[in-house]
Amino acid sequence: MQQVENRSPFEAIWAFFSSVRLTVAILLILAATSIIGTVIPQNENPTDYFNTFGPFLYNLFNVLDIFDMYHSWWFRFLLLSLMLNIVVCSINRISTTWKVVFNENPTFHISRFRSIPEKEEFIDSRRPEELKEEFSSLIRRRFSYTRAETTENGFCIYAEKGRWTRLGVYTVHLSVITLLVGALIGSIFGFEGFVNIPEGETANSIRLRKTNALYPLEFEIRCDDFNVSFYESGSPKEYRSSLTILEGGKPLLQKNIIVNDPLRYKGINFFQSSYGTLPPNEIALKLVGKDTKIEYDQKAVMNKEIDLPEGEGKFVYTDYRNSFPFRGHNLGETAIGILTPKNGNRVDVILPIKFPSFDGMRQGGLIISAAELHHRYYTGLQVTRDPGVWVVYTGFVIMILGCYITFFMSHKRICVEVAKTGKKSKVMVAGTANKNKLGMHAIVRKMAKNLGITNENRL
Amino acid sequence: MNSSQLLSIITFFYGIAASLYIAAWIFKKEILGKSASWVVLLGAAGNTAGIIVRWVESYQLGIGHAPLSNMYESLIFFSWTLMIIYLVIERTYQNRIIGAFATPIAFLAMAYASLSPNINDRIQPLVPALKSNWLIAHVITCFLGYAAFAIGFGISLMYLLKQGDKNAKNRMLVHFPAIDVLDELNYQMVMFGFLFLSIGIITGSVWANSAWGNYWSWDPKETWSLITWFVYATLLHARLMRGWHGKRLAFISIVGFLAVLFTYFGVNLLPGLHSYAK
Repeated sequence: MQQVENRSPFEAIWAFFSSVRLTVAILLILAATSIIGTVIPQNENPTDYFNTFGPFLYNLFNVLDIFDMYHSWWFRFLLLSLMLNIVVCSINRISTTWKVVFNENPTFHISRFRSIPEKEEFIDSRRPEELKEEFSSLIRRRFSYTRAETTENGFCIYAEKGRWTRLGVYTVHLSVITLLVGALIGSIFGFEGFVNIPEGETANSIRLRKTNALYPLEFEIRCDDFNVSFYESGSPKEYRSSLTILEGGKPLLQKNIIVNDPLRYKGINFFQSSYGTLPPNEIALKLVGKDTKIEYDQKAVMNKEIDLPEGEGKFVYTDYRNSFPFRGHNLGETAIGILTPKNGNRVDVILPIKFPSFDGMRQGGLIISAAELHHRYYTGLQVTRDPGVWVVYTGFVIMILGCYITFFMSHKRICVEVAKTGKKSKVMVAGTANKNKLGMHAIVRKMAKNLGITNENRL
Repeated sequence: MNSSQLLSIITFFYGIAASLYIAAWIFKKEILGKSASWVVLLGAAGNTAGIIVRWVESYQLGIGHAPLSNMYESLIFFSWTLMIIYLVIERTYQNRIIGAFATPIAFLAMAYASLSPNINDRIQPLVPALKSNWLIAHVITCFLGYAAFAIGFGISLMYLLKQGDKNAKNRMLVHFPAIDVLDELNYQMVMFGFLFLSIGIITGSVWANSAWGNYWSWDPKETWSLITWFVYATLLHARLMRGWHGKRLAFISIVGFLAVLFTYFGVNLLPGLHSYAK
């Protein structure tokens, strides 16, 4: 116990993080706690949480950041611990592996191969000297490193390959670190926001999701057109926005984006994420003279005053609502305007699209009805910047390679010993691998077959 | 006959094969086992045909896409991968008792796909989010992983049965593969599954980044796939570094497969981005 007390704090922390038992514990805790956030919906409205859980649980969960648990201090602490654990364990072990991997002159003990139970032995009618050349070239074809040594009454060939695969597990660990670093870069230098752009309009800033603050862009983005198409069944087929990037009013880049095919410019990505309809900027008016019964067609642009026929004064289209309650009924989509007669007071004019005769109730000189010219959409874009993404993707590639090397490749060593017995030779083939022993037995059997084992000469 | 009808018939093939494997195990009759192998082989061939026919049908409907787009299609593909992996194991290890533990899983998945009233077997057009080449890579790799974990689960059950019988007295367990072979096989399945689960999560992540602008958003299905990954990562570390073997590993493998099941089915009860996989 004396030693333990004498350790410096650094050594104590190092020792703590060098345990694989800790790895297992952290992995299981991460697995268990991750469940919470899948059961309790994340980042919802606080009042909804309050109503669901009541004051006590609400306060408790709030303190523990349960409502945004994957970004909470304790979850980040767990990830950091896992990272330290991986780094410390890898550093502790890699120096030994490194010496093994970069050993120019690997040593081998023939006695170890002799004692392997699954070895293959046979008699060749030639003498050892006659076999050496042939055997060497056969073995060299399948192994990257071979070495022949003379023994008391013959020779032995030692061969190996895949020594470097012992580094596979460190590759996987490196990939996890790379992923976490990439995620960190993204969370520090990146952002996530959204912008809704009506057709024909231009935006030069977006709104950040986290803080709800405006974030100015170095350029402008214009939505030229938005289209949504549907299958016959009514489910959506495609959302498409035609976007143009402008700098100083000059169009630089035009692209139609759909889901799965975003626009990227200067490190900022625009994704098709939602859409909606806007009050039409322009409506078609139909006016009927109360006495003359003459029909007039006119267009009204929002907030632009127009002259009405039959000297009825001026009209301005001011508002458009998706629903309009009237004496307990909903009139649906309704345009609203203000009529200023030549002499008299201004009156509000209510023009429900679905009820063209509604304005008759006003008892004016003209009965006005409105029709929508075309639906005006806005496109909803998810806007992100994440300079860490390429680090993360690099991590992904390293992880796949690392897992493959670690699980399916191994350091294979083989030894072929040829000893003189009378005028003949006794041949032994034996091999070991650091992983997948069953696979290694198959390789040994195959090598013995190549060297000339048959059912007749087998020992 | 359309693909759904063909695949319902394959369900019966797998059901018969499962019964034959179990019968062969109980009554120890070689002929039962051999016929089970043939029925499974025919079933897998029909399953392959069903998937191809369905693919062709979707093009005839003018909404051509790989048959990997909803719960029904994924269950069919899951059964297919499971049976292919099983057939490889049967050939390699020359042991048919594993069939009594693997084929019932494929049969249940197919039966659930064909019979459950909640599962729509019609070919539906792809919604915008699914229109991507990543769909094929993501679904195939995930289900290769899931199928390997399913077989690992079956083998773990066999391990637990076998190791409970210390003195080899139980005649039912005589023809089980040796206990260390089961342990090794479980481990092989987990390694294979882990590699493909990792690739599945990665392809999904790259896909999400091109569709939604986020490679990771802690949606319940993503999170549950990560939980599964943590469980199997635990198993691998426990075995490689702490020398765990046998019973404890079989137990973690079973827990891991329960996490797979929740990732696959349970998550649909929770709200999230993967709602089209219902």
